[in-house]
Amino acid sequence: MQAVVTRRRALVGWLLALVLVPAAHAGLPPSGIVLPRPSPHTTPHELGLQLYAGNCARCHGSAGSGVPNEGPPLAGVGARAADFYLRTGYMPLAQSGEQPHRSRVLFTTRELDALVGYVASLGHGPPVPRPQPQRGSVARGMTLFAQHCAGCHQIATEGGYLPGAVAPPLTGATPTQVAEAVRIGPYLMPHFSERAISNRQLDSIVAYVEHARRPADPGGWAIGRVGPIPEGLIAWFVAGTAMIGLCLLAGGRLHR
Amino acid sequence: MIRAAVRFLDERSGTAPLLRKGLRYLFPDHWSFLLGEVALYCFVVLVVTGVYLTFFFDPSTATTVYHGPYRPLQGVRMSEAYRSVVDISFSVKAGLLIRQTHHWAADVFVVAIVLHLFRVFFTGAYRKPRDLTYLIGVAMLALALLEGYLGYSLVDDLLSGMGLAIGYGVALSVPLVGANLASLLWGGAFPGTPAFWSRMYIAHVLLLPLAIGGLLAAHLFLVAARHHTQFRGPGRSERRLVGTPAFPGQAPRSLGLAFGVAAVLVLLGGLVQINPIWLWGPYHVAYATNGAQPDWYLGWLIGALRLMPGFDVVVGNHTLVPNPFWGGVLFPGVVFGFLFLWPAIERRITRDHGFHNLLDRPRDNPWRTATGAAMAGFVLIVFFAGSADRVDVLFGVGYATQIWVYRALVLIGPPLVFLVTWRACRELVAGEQVERARRAGEADARARV
Amino acid sequence: MRWLKDLLFAGLLFVLGDGKPVEAVEPIVPPGPPDRRAERIVLALLGLASAGAIGFVVAYAVDPLPHRTQYLGLALGVSLASIAAALLIVGRRLVVTEELAGPYPGREDHAEDRSAVERIVADSGSRFTRRGLLKAGAAAAGGALGLALLAPLTALGPVFSTTPFTATPWRRGRRLVGEDGAPLRAADIEQGTFYTAFPEGADREAMAAPVIVVRLDPSQLHLPPGRAGWAPGGILAYSKICTHAGCAIALYRKPTFAAREPRPAFVCPCHYSTFDPATGGTVIFGPAGRPLPQLPVTVDRSGVLRAAGTFSGPVGPSWWGVRSRKAQSG
Repeated sequence: MQAVVTRRRALVGWLLALVLVPAAHAGLPPSGIVLPRPSPHTTPHELGLQLYAGNCARCHGSAGSGVPNEGPPLAGVGARAADFYLRTGYMPLAQSGEQPHRSRVLFTTRELDALVGYVASLGHGPPVPRPQPQRGSVARGMTLFAQHCAGCHQIATEGGYLPGAVAPPLTGATPTQVAEAVRIGPYLMPHFSERAISNRQLDSIVAYVEHARRPADPGGWAIGRVGPIPEGLIAWFVAGTAMIGLCLLAGGRLHR
Repeated sequence: MIRAAVRFLDERSGTAPLLRKGLRYLFPDHWSFLLGEVALYCFVVLVVTGVYLTFFFDPSTATTVYHGPYRPLQGVRMSEAYRSVVDISFSVKAGLLIRQTHHWAADVFVVAIVLHLFRVFFTGAYRKPRDLTYLIGVAMLALALLEGYLGYSLVDDLLSGMGLAIGYGVALSVPLVGANLASLLWGGAFPGTPAFWSRMYIAHVLLLPLAIGGLLAAHLFLVAARHHTQFRGPGRSERRLVGTPAFPGQAPRSLGLAFGVAAVLVLLGGLVQINPIWLWGPYHVAYATNGAQPDWYLGWLIGALRLMPGFDVVVGNHTLVPNPFWGGVLFPGVVFGFLFLWPAIERRITRDHGFHNLLDRPRDNPWRTATGAAMAGFVLIVFFAGSADRVDVLFGVGYATQIWVYRALVLIGPPLVFLVTWRACRELVAGEQVERARRAGEADARARV
Repeated sequence: MRWLKDLLFAGLLFVLGDGKPVEAVEPIVPPGPPDRRAERIVLALLGLASAGAIGFVVAYAVDPLPHRTQYLGLALGVSLASIAAALLIVGRRLVVTEELAGPYPGREDHAEDRSAVERIVADSGSRFTRRGLLKAGAAAAGGALGLALLAPLTALGPVFSTTPFTATPWRRGRRLVGEDGAPLRAADIEQGTFYTAFPEGADREAMAAPVIVVRLDPSQLHLPPGRAGWAPGGILAYSKICTHAGCAIALYRKPTFAAREPRPAFVCPCHYSTFDPATGGTVIFGPAGRPLPQLPVTVDRSGVLRAAGTFSGPVGPSWWGVRSRKAQSG
């Protein structure tokens, strides 16, 4: 009887812990992000400054001056870079030097606007681009994509590997983010200025990336659009199993 | 009706005795004996769908501009070969179904051959008098790999074009004569003359199918002439075969299997997209895409090419062994060499030159099973190494780390597999002996009561 | 129309039988009990097979039809699968599965025939006196004829010449043009990105044609001796074809934050051979065994990039003479 009571108490204890610990965490801001409590009188610039101080200055220095071995300077990168890195969740980065990747954005829209505006104010930099994919051609875009992008991002935008990084799949990227990334060249990606890829060409590339998010797939289930690896898996595990099943059916005998 | 037909046939060919014997030809039973038939039916599907495709495919490297219904390729310059395959996929009504069925059949053809090879190897069915049958089978496997490679390379899409360039690099890597060999095949340096496409085409639609077909006929004839092997069992011995006659017992089963194989391939061909070449675009020498892979049955070679450390063997200023040789020529050479020579090696080691019509269970011959498992493990490790880049993209496991791990695994894995398999076989057999002794003891005790 | 009536009647008789009893003969295949349920299932499956096949024709004919390939595959697949199932049921339930015994052919079953064959061949040679010489002569004739018949195969390619492997479409003065055919201007070449260029007026699909062009900070360059002046203002041009197995080197990585990120490099997407443009295309990762051939470039008076010669070595995968032969201008 005593053992049962003890076990029950232990069970209750574990259940409470399972519930209370995450609840306690929910009350705190997510680790790494500092969210100031703005008053109604805080101007966007002040809010941006506070956010910057709490989340960016450690690596990028005060007023975007950069910190040696920690983070590059942000003076002059403009709204374009800030908008890209923040809205994809690439920044803030947990560990300086690691590859940024798409993650949940932990700032509200108001906070994002404030932070982007603040970084843009740190110098004269390019504004957020406004691509017009409807003015571009998907066919032209596919050719341009093959020439400039497929080597890393794979021709069907499914992402790829290179020594030092993973080029992410583009299926989650908005047209603005694609345009921004092409012009910025984040992390190890090369950047393509208007002299290398004109705005009209960029419209076509964006049109192609948009198209690649929902291609027609007339052949049926697309299994990843990367080619032979998933095809081989299906050949072995679907067809191979089916064939063995058929052999068992055809070869089974009455007395066994 | 039957009477009239049989009389017609026999009066003109004299084959009634053969037909009578053939109808009652005995098939020993086991489901695993049907794996070879699965491969055969895949080959039939390949030929039938392949003939249909030749009615529409244009094996020409002449350039043209696409003006068909697929928007992303509108106005794009491409070869006639690629254009004809895009047309088959989008402008011929059942074209995509037939194309996909053909490609699935090719992938599954090799799956079936490999499964069949495993069954034959691990049961010792390749022993005399069936060693010639086995060698013909291994030859067919090699030809099937080449046939598949040529088939998907004919399309001239970005992925297969990259694969052809690698094939060229591998040909060049043959010591001393590589450049001459590549020059002969391609008609010069890559991409070669337009005649190269004619050569690939005729090899793929005529020369290799004839070769495979001829070997297949010889293979089937030999199987029938010596009769199929069987597992040990009541009433079965080296001289006495027990089985089901071809007619009426086996015929509906084999025919059912044939239709079943065709059904699986057609269902895959209609429901699961394979080789969507319109997504890859046409091949150009200056273009490449990330994540390019050969079809699965050549995946072992891409793994081998990626595993090798970067060095050419240079003597003076002559390049004796370019890097792709190790993974592209030596590695498959060793594997196929093992397959071809194994019956002779086993005969030499066991000094057993007798006929064997009874099969071993894998556990009954631990040395053979362990050696085969170690070899298969070796190939499988190299095969998986070829997927390391996509594993990095999907799961974040560092590519460079994986390559080092696979290099280590390639060396320690096969001996480990050998030991574990050998031990497992012995344990299984020992367990059976214990079981038998226990039952005999119980029967003894009951008899005494 | 009488013939039509006769034909229909004969067809009906064929299907239903003519009522005459089957002659009583000793059966070779033993009889077995009927299974009407199995027969019903088989008939149903055959009906399904017919429906599937008709469905295939319908799916073929209907225009337009989205997802046509899927409908065609399903219809035909169901039809084939139904026939397969019907046959398997016939095999397992409607046909007597006999288990019979038979002999395996033995080892010496044909001993007499084998020795007879041997004797026939041996006896046939009784009139020959110079067996050895004749065999040698036949071998020589056969071998020579075989070689002669193989000779035309050398027309497949320039087998004995390796000039094609060293020929390049580059020479001093040739302009570098982009994908669109426009000449590359030095002022347009920025750092942190890459450009693909071709020799003006030449075939772009030759392996030795495409080059990658990048610009690095000149102070970061450590080119091999003899290449001073190959990279005006830090503009470098290398063959785009990987020296491992011949894929196009379609990746360029550049650090955004050089203090913490790897240095600029070309990467081949096939087996990930990585080349360092700052040191003359040396291999820093991957299975390539040879550095990337470099193309010397100059900037002409109008600011356009021109080749200053041909590559530092033959282009593409390695072969016997790749280190001993020079790339040829073309």
